[in-house]
Formats: sequence, structure tokens, C-alpha cells
Amino acid sequence: MAAISDVNPFVSAPVGDNAFARITDNVSRIAEVERPPRAWYIAFACALGILSIFLGSIGWVVWTGIGVWGTTMPAAWAFPIVNFVFWIGIGHAGTLISAILFLFRQTWRTAINRFAEAMTIFAVMCAGVFPGIHIGRPWLPYYMLPIPNQMDMWPQFRSPLEWDIFAVSTYATISIVFWYMGMIPDFATFRDRATTFWRRLCYGVVAMGWRGSSRQWHRYERAYLILAALATPLVLSVHSVVSFDFATSQLPGWHTTIFPPYFVAGAIFGGFGMVVMLAVPARQFFGLKRIIQIRHLEVMNKVLIATSLLVGYSYMMEFFVAWYSGNKYEAFTFVNRAFGQYAWSYWAMISCNVLFPQLHWFKAVRTNPIATLIIGMFINVGMWFERFVIICTSLTRDFLPSSWGYFIPTKIDFMTLGGSFGLFFTLFLLFCRYLPMVAMAEVKAFHPSAHAHEPDHPVEHTGQAPVGI
Amino acid sequence: MNLFVFPRWANKTRALAGMLLGGAPIYLTFLIWYGASPKTTDVGYMPQQPVPYSHALHAGQLGLDCRYCHNTVEQAAHAAIPPTATCMNCHKSIHTKSDKLAPIRASYESGNPVEWIKVHDLPDYVYFNHSAHVTRGVGCVTCHGRIDQMEEVSQHAPLSMGWCLDCHRAPEKNLRPPEEVTNMTWTPPEGADPFEYGKMLREKNHLNPPTDCSTCHR
Repeated sequence: MAAISDVNPFVSAPVGDNAFARITDNVSRIAEVERPPRAWYIAFACALGILSIFLGSIGWVVWTGIGVWGTTMPAAWAFPIVNFVFWIGIGHAGTLISAILFLFRQTWRTAINRFAEAMTIFAVMCAGVFPGIHIGRPWLPYYMLPIPNQMDMWPQFRSPLEWDIFAVSTYATISIVFWYMGMIPDFATFRDRATTFWRRLCYGVVAMGWRGSSRQWHRYERAYLILAALATPLVLSVHSVVSFDFATSQLPGWHTTIFPPYFVAGAIFGGFGMVVMLAVPARQFFGLKRIIQIRHLEVMNKVLIATSLLVGYSYMMEFFVAWYSGNKYEAFTFVNRAFGQYAWSYWAMISCNVLFPQLHWFKAVRTNPIATLIIGMFINVGMWFERFVIICTSLTRDFLPSSWGYFIPTKIDFMTLGGSFGLFFTLFLLFCRYLPMVAMAEVKAFHPSAHAHEPDHPVEHTGQAPVGI
Repeated sequence: MNLFVFPRWANKTRALAGMLLGGAPIYLTFLIWYGASPKTTDVGYMPQQPVPYSHALHAGQLGLDCRYCHNTVEQAAHAAIPPTATCMNCHKSIHTKSDKLAPIRASYESGNPVEWIKVHDLPDYVYFNHSAHVTRGVGCVTCHGRIDQMEEVSQHAPLSMGWCLDCHRAPEKNLRPPEEVTNMTWTPPEGADPFEYGKMLREKNHLNPPTDCSTCHR
């Protein structure tokens, strides 16, 4: 870092207890070093490889038609919609962290909000791919948008699938604006520390002339508050609307009023699972252990316990309502889920979503990064299975035994599912390398030395990063 | 290296970028909506035919009925393009030496049809039935324009889906007594309100044009 301060008089290397400079340095260094850690290269190569499988399988699906998937009657939704709901759910943690926790003044969010927001956007991008290819004519998705046209043809506004378009595109727009606006002060930091013309130009363009004046900060914070208020209902609305895709139909197992809250809880659960899964390697490989601390992982693991119990309660309540309603089709559907042809997927879901996360009751487990990572992975698997169970068991066992069936995925199904992780991780790794991975300005605002003159917060000379939830 | 890579005018580009980002989607929507509409791309299509056949002369000045040549139009979906034999009914004795008619005579002798170029060409995924319209009182002129004034035939209406639906949703404005369909200059009777007259015809002839997808896309 000495090299930078030699060239640029505005930047000095952190000296002594200068915690602000250390935070800046810790975060900026990731984007400034000539070579990222070897782990980044290995991960990026893997991600690109998986991405190419994704693109290849999509190309094959487009070229031959969606018959190459196992998707067929009666399971007309199958993998693509399972994957769509899975990815759109992942995103919810990012919005929850950046909007709701902001409004509730949960200052610990600052350590993780930036990459949780990035995760949201990349997850929504992955989700958006699936309806686009599932329609079978991926050159016509604009039919879903209410664009004036010479055919006088409009989307079916009474369909929850159409509400989905609005819910998801609003969500994507707000998330991108929120994410980008939050990065502007950090882009300006990158620009000011840049040592080459191109870095200065590129970060300068995206920093949009940020100088950090009081007026700019005032407006920034106003805008941040407004966006947080706008994004807050989205945490609840997006997955509620996704659940309407199911709940407004007549199918046993889908036609239930518990779906919206159940889906939202599941989305936040799965999203936090993904956040911890990303946080553990990110803090490890990019030297961010002092910013993303064990106690942050611990708080997130507590959120995981809470949401895991919520999801478990929903599973239980579905059974209860099926029995209490006295509806024999409803009762059959749930008995069939647990003991029928897809029982294996049901129990995979229960163990990953309800049983394993209970390990976090032990402090030794929830403060252990490796255990956090593994349980996070289980949660992601479990949440994928949850959508699989909902979609496949209900579709293949409806009212008429004559229309029963069994969905068997093909190789291409697995390639599109696995490949979507390639898209996600490619984008995420590029984000880690080139964009400010931690919200430097926000972390500093909650650092003890930012409150040095308040009587409740005596100056701490430990050089430790933020303390106190 | 210069610390400040941005000149002063760069400040103005922010507002410009905002306008561009907000305006581009709206501009593109309207550009495609109007630019790619059949109103823009198809109306006025006038290919050069192999024989300079004049509808203005035959249908206009001479007063031939449309159905003399397009004889299937009341029974079939397709309005027939007449075979060379229909031309020769008259041209065996009229203008028998005309240079312009050389391809007709050649076709008549060889038996190979004249390769007329289709002007009103609907997409293959659209089912359209002439007889359904003609026998219910939609005039030729409504869709094809004043053919009796065209030296060379050109496309008069956009023939777009929106244009079809416009009439299927409210056919009153384009209805006339079925016996008047080929009349190029028909107007509603003196003193009658055109719309009310159309409504009367619609009720009288029980016309309820469907707007389901499968009406045209079968």
C-alpha cells in the first residue's frame, strides 16, 4: 500500500490506531491488488466452467425445445419453476438486510449488507432466466409486458403469473438502484485512491462526481431512507406474489392461505443461508475477518434458527389444516408428501430445513465458520427441495388418479439447475474483485471512533472494528 | 499522472445520462410500436405485376363485377386469382395483338399460369375466410380500398391483428346490405345514421364476430 501513498498525496497508509483508514485500506485493497488470491482464480475458473454448461444447456433447450427436459404433463412446471422460486427466494435476505434491518437500526448489517445486496441482484438475474426459457419461445418474453402493440394484445392481468412479472421487475429495479446508490461514496474512495488513468476514469464515472460534501451526504442519507422504505414492503410482497402462482390455483397442496407468509419466511431463511455461505469464504480469502466478524456470523445464524422454526411451523400447520379441514384430497396430498412417491424429497427438505439448523442452538456451532458454511449449504439444498416438493408432489397427484404421473428429471434438467450457480458465482466473483465488497462509509459510521465524543461510547484504542449491536 | 481526469463539462453529463436512461425505453417502445407496425411497413405495398393489368380500367371504367374474376369469394375462404382462361374470354377478340398482353397469350398457349404477385398476404398462422365476410355484408372496399381507381393494386389497410380486432369488436361501422358488397361507392341510405344503420344490420343478420384466439389462429 505504500506504493499508492507515494503517488497519491490524498491517500495515506494507515498509521497506528487510525481505524477509519484501516477499514478503507482493508476493503479497497481487494480491488487494488494486481493479483487477487489464488483461491479467487480457482473459484472463477470453476464458475466460468459451470456457466458454460449453463449456456450450453440453455442453447440446447432453445435449439431443440423444452422437451429435452423431463418437464411434461402432468408436471408441466417441474425444474424450471422450482429453480425460479429457489433463486428469487435467495434474494430476499439481501433486501431484508439492506432495508428492514436499516429501518430497525441494526448496525451490524453494515458489515454484510453490500454483498448481500449484490447476492440479491445476481439471484434475481438467475431467477429471471428460468421463466424466460420455460415459455419455450424465449424470443417472445416481451408478450408478458404490457407494451402497446399493433396486435391490440395485452397480458392477462387477472393471472398471478402476470403479477409476478411486476413484482419481480419492481424488485430487481429497486434492488439495483439501492445497491448502486449505496456504492457511490465507496466508488469515490476507489477513484481517489486510483493510481492509473483507467481506474480513475472508470470509478470516476460510476462515482458520478461524489465529493463527500455535507450537502451530498445529507441528500444521500435522505435518499437511502426513502429507498429503504420503498424496499421494505417488497421483502413481503415479492414472495407473496410468487406464492399466489400456487395459492390461486385449485390444486390440493397449493390452494392454501398460509402460502404467502410461509413463502416469505422460507425466502428469508434460504437467503440468509446463502449469505452465510458466501460470507465465510469471502472473509477468509479477502482478509475481511476484522470487518465481517464471528459475531456477525453468529447473529445471522440466530436469524437462521428463527426462520427455520417459522418454516418448520408452516410444514406442521399444513398437515394440521389438511386434517382439520376435513378435505380428503387435501389430507391425501399431505400424507402422500410424507409417505408417497416423493417421500425422499420431503424428508430431505425436513432434515435440511428443520433439523440441521437446530445445531445453531449451540454457541460452539454458530460461532464456527466451517459449521456455519456447512449448515448454510444444507439450508440451500433444503429450500430447493421445499419448492420441488410443493411443485412435483401436487402436480403429479391431483384429484383424478387418471392424471397422476411421476416426474423424472433429465440430464439437461440437472445441467440447467447446476449451471445457474455458474452464472451466480461468476457474477459474484467479478463483484468481489472489482466493486467495494463492504460498505466502507457505512461501517465507519458505526465504528466506535465515530462516536468518540459521546459519553456512552468512550474512545476505544483497540483498533478493533465495530462493536455493539 | 493527473489527479483530475474529468473536465468541467463532465458535470453536465449526469443529467444527460439520467434523461437517456429514462427516455430510451420510452423512445424505443414508441419507435418499435410505430416503426414496426404494419401501418408503416405494409400499407402502400405495390409490387410490379408481370402484366400491367389495370383494375381502374376493368373494374372502374368497364364496370366488371369483382366476382367475374374472383369468383370463389362468396363460397370459399380464398378469393381466387383468375386463371388465364378468364382473361382470354374477352381477349380472344379484344386487343388480340397488344404487346402488353403477350405474357397472357403465352400463358394460354403453354398452359403455365401467369405468376401474379400476391399483394394482400396474411401470415401463414392466420386463418381468414373471404366468404364469411362477404356474405355478411363487409364490402370489398372496406379492406381493399378503391380498387376501381387503382392502375396497379396496392395494399390499402394494415391487415394487422389490431386492425382485424377493431372491426370484430365493433362491426357496425363497416356493415352494409350483403347484396351491396362489391359496390365501391355505397353509402348508407339518405338520412340514416351510419352507425345506427350498421347496428340495425348487425341485429337483422345476427352478426356476432368472435374474438377468441382460435377464431383466426387455428
